[in-house]
Amino acid sequence: MSCERMESRILGYVDGRLKESEKQEVEKHLAACAPCRVRVEEFRAVSGLLDELPVIEPSPEFDARVRALVAAEPVKQSWWAWLHVSPRVAFAASMLLLATIWLGYYERPPQPALPWNNTQIADEQMMQDLPVLEDHDVLANFEPLKELPPPVQNDDTPDTQKEM
Amino acid sequence: MARTDVQLMLDVKAGDEASFELLLHRYRTPLVNFLYRMVRNREQAEDLAQEVFLRVYRAREDYVPSAKFTTWLFRIATNLALNSVRDNRYHKLEVSIDAPVTADAEDGDERMLDVPEKTPNIEQHLVEDARKKMIRHAIEKLPEKQRAAVLLHKYQELDYAEIAKILSCSESALKSLLFRAYESLRVELAPLVAQQARNQG
Repeated sequence: MSCERMESRILGYVDGRLKESEKQEVEKHLAACAPCRVRVEEFRAVSGLLDELPVIEPSPEFDARVRALVAAEPVKQSWWAWLHVSPRVAFAASMLLLATIWLGYYERPPQPALPWNNTQIADEQMMQDLPVLEDHDVLANFEPLKELPPPVQNDDTPDTQKEM
Repeated sequence: MARTDVQLMLDVKAGDEASFELLLHRYRTPLVNFLYRMVRNREQAEDLAQEVFLRVYRAREDYVPSAKFTTWLFRIATNLALNSVRDNRYHKLEVSIDAPVTADAEDGDERMLDVPEKTPNIEQHLVEDARKKMIRHAIEKLPEKQRAAVLLHKYQELDYAEIAKILSCSESALKSLLFRAYESLRVELAPLVAQQARNQG
């Protein structure tokens, strides 16, 4: 092993984190390399010095501050959260919804036969309405039509409308 | 049998607030110490540690145990610390021109914690105090990423794979980072290193 390769292993060796095979390789190199032996001793000394720093304790208010921060967090409620909060209400609401759908389906009034679905009925209806449509006086004196604003005058307007 | 960190976090996810308390109790001291050694300000370190716990709590619903809990926890802490150190550096640049020269408040703060009420030998205490101050300053002088690597490796005893994930680098890059950090510390603390090496030898 070269001194350069020792760089990646020296700290692991000092801390005892190397695998057995790696450790043996490092020791083999150290036996033949005085500068690396010195470096190992110095790294060990640095590690020992770092152990001398005291551990500080958090202030007595620390936990209370964290709790206060957590308590101030808005409660996230998903759309379905109310199901967990009140299962009885959820059950009642579901039953109501089902009942509404059921009633809506079975109580639907029978649909009247639409005249335009049957050609014969449609023709008969048209023949019945024809006199009314042709009765010009009925249309001309139809009260609601009198309340409408006067139509725009133009040349194509029939004479009957002009007289009105 | 004590529940693992991952189990506790999954219980928090399921709505168990007591499990969050256990995680808080388990990690408040390591986090505050790590952050204190990163930012060198006790109050700021506590604020950042509180922020770490808050982020853990906020992320509970999306938590998936894909990595070790400590990897996730210290990744949040490291990112906050690195951002804070960078912000502080700019802040210090702004205020340092007109600022009066004062004693390091943080050293005083820590000294209060270390000194027993009745010191048998004041001279010995002063020597020890100067020694600790030297070590702290040597760590403080390391570039942020090297400092984080040393702190996670030495004090949190995380393995290389975990630290590499926290610092978003490869394991070989991490080993190189740690080697350079120890080289700097060896040079910076040369008098103490020689003394220590003699004592160990």
